[in-house]
Amino acid sequence: MQYSSQAVAKPYFIAAIGLFAGQILFGLILGLQYVLGDFLFPEIPFNVARMVHTNLLIVWLLFGFMGAAYYLVPEESERELESPMLALAMFWIFLVAGALTVLGYLLVPYAGLAQLTGNDLLPTMGREFLEQPTITKLGIVVVALSFLYNIGMTILKGRKTVVTLVLLIGLTGLAVFFLFSFYNPDNLVLDKFFWWWVVHLWVEGVWELILGSILAFVLIKTTGVDREVIEKWLYIIIAMTLITGIVGTGHHYYWIGTPEYWQWWGSVFSAMEPIPFFMMTVFAFNMVNKRRREHPNKAAVLWALGTATMAFLGAGVWGFLHTLSPVNYYTHGSQITAAHGHMAFYGAYVMIVLTIISYAMPMLRGRTAANSNKSQVLEMWSFWLMTIAIVFITLFLTAAGILQVYLQRMGENPLPFMVVQDKVALFYWLREIAGLVFLIGLLTYIASFFVGNDEPEAKESA
Amino acid sequence: MSQAFTKAMARNIFYGGTVFFFLLFLALSLDTVSVLPERDNRANLTEAVVQGKKLWENNNCIGCHTLLGEGAYFAPELGNAFTRLGGKDGIMAFIKSRPVDGIPGRRSMPQFNFTDEQLNALAEFLKYSSEINSANWPPNVQG
Repeated sequence: MQYSSQAVAKPYFIAAIGLFAGQILFGLILGLQYVLGDFLFPEIPFNVARMVHTNLLIVWLLFGFMGAAYYLVPEESERELESPMLALAMFWIFLVAGALTVLGYLLVPYAGLAQLTGNDLLPTMGREFLEQPTITKLGIVVVALSFLYNIGMTILKGRKTVVTLVLLIGLTGLAVFFLFSFYNPDNLVLDKFFWWWVVHLWVEGVWELILGSILAFVLIKTTGVDREVIEKWLYIIIAMTLITGIVGTGHHYYWIGTPEYWQWWGSVFSAMEPIPFFMMTVFAFNMVNKRRREHPNKAAVLWALGTATMAFLGAGVWGFLHTLSPVNYYTHGSQITAAHGHMAFYGAYVMIVLTIISYAMPMLRGRTAANSNKSQVLEMWSFWLMTIAIVFITLFLTAAGILQVYLQRMGENPLPFMVVQDKVALFYWLREIAGLVFLIGLLTYIASFFVGNDEPEAKESA
Repeated sequence: MSQAFTKAMARNIFYGGTVFFFLLFLALSLDTVSVLPERDNRANLTEAVVQGKKLWENNNCIGCHTLLGEGAYFAPELGNAFTRLGGKDGIMAFIKSRPVDGIPGRRSMPQFNFTDEQLNALAEFLKYSSEINSANWPPNVQG
């Protein structure tokens, strides 16, 4: 660790991992509710568990992005963070606000929470992924602005690199597009139209800039390849991301009351969305093949290659699978969507956060470059367990989705929703088993932080 | 990548491409907003519909159901519930009849204890939703 203020990244990473564990526990509850419908009913109904599952995901990824920024920006800018105190204060505010919100979901009926937090004054609640009380949303804005100020000032006063510039554009976009979460018109079509300006322009837009920037940083550090080469790749990848992804928003505008020309715009542009992900895979493997050093942190390199590969499969391939409007007509809002969502989020965003944690945490904990071999071996086991588990979760949900689409929407005698759900239950059971394997992988991952700490650090091989 | 393709070229493609396609997206969005009145059934946005949408949000219905295909995939699509359940009466009767403790071994919608006025508002909201021009989606009445 070159700058002492980089240390503020550590609590962010620890919180991210803790909330990740919570997300997975609620995922297992949801998976069980799919097959045992009355599990925990009426204490924790499905909608509450789902809200906790998705909101924890978003919050822990944001913790991960912020931790990543606090770690890599000082090193790139070659100066201390503008205000480590502010970063720590925001950490506690964000953590407490997040915890209170989740407790609110679990302890108070949702309508009561809406009343308690004065949702009528500025109604923003009750929309998918944006379920947070308005006051929490305002808190997120405050945290995001303080964070942007802190990171922005550090970048602007220090050495400017493409990595930090792209990161700053991504983070600014994240803050700006979140503001659309406060727009909730009575008109359902307008509501849905601009809801996607948060959700799509985040995950298929500005978040990919953050992903690209973090990946570029880790590859510069671990491969020793010339920065010029990596930065050129970064530019061209994010160029393709936004060239395809912005108009690609149109793939959400097929069936929600918006004009039908979106079926053309959405299909053509989102069909090209896999291109930047494919380039990212080529990029990561190329850089590692051309490496000028054998970095002792082999686990971090594995995560970096993993995120590039799995993002392409999950976001690229599984996205393309149902993005063309004639296909989407049948698959829209089915288990196919859920399959894509799981692998895309894991590949693109879970794995990039785990990549930067894997790279940075050894230094944050006092090592010079890497953990002991023993710890790394365990971490690599967790990589394979979680990654293989998510592949199977995706395959089982895809199987369930294909059957669902056929039985409910395509066959001669379309069957009612619940009848179809019973018929595909086998795949939900298999998904739950894969989910348990994921949990074992996650526990292995957490264990890797506690194993081999008294053993010597892995050394750079010749 | 080849040496002839420089970092400056990559940077220019990024800035130029982003600005161009963002402006294109804005233009398409502007056009969408201007033609929406013909498709989004805003003529029928009555007070009851507005109240219904608020109840829909305040009870997090999207946490289990989809509406025009968006939401959770745990419970049936509701964009066409008005047709599938046989109009407003069918919708209100269904919501009203949910058992407080659920159904053993099966998924069940919670009992929300809505008043008759609230039930009517929700039914009106789902009627309004079913009349949005959704390009013939869903493919059939099962949603």
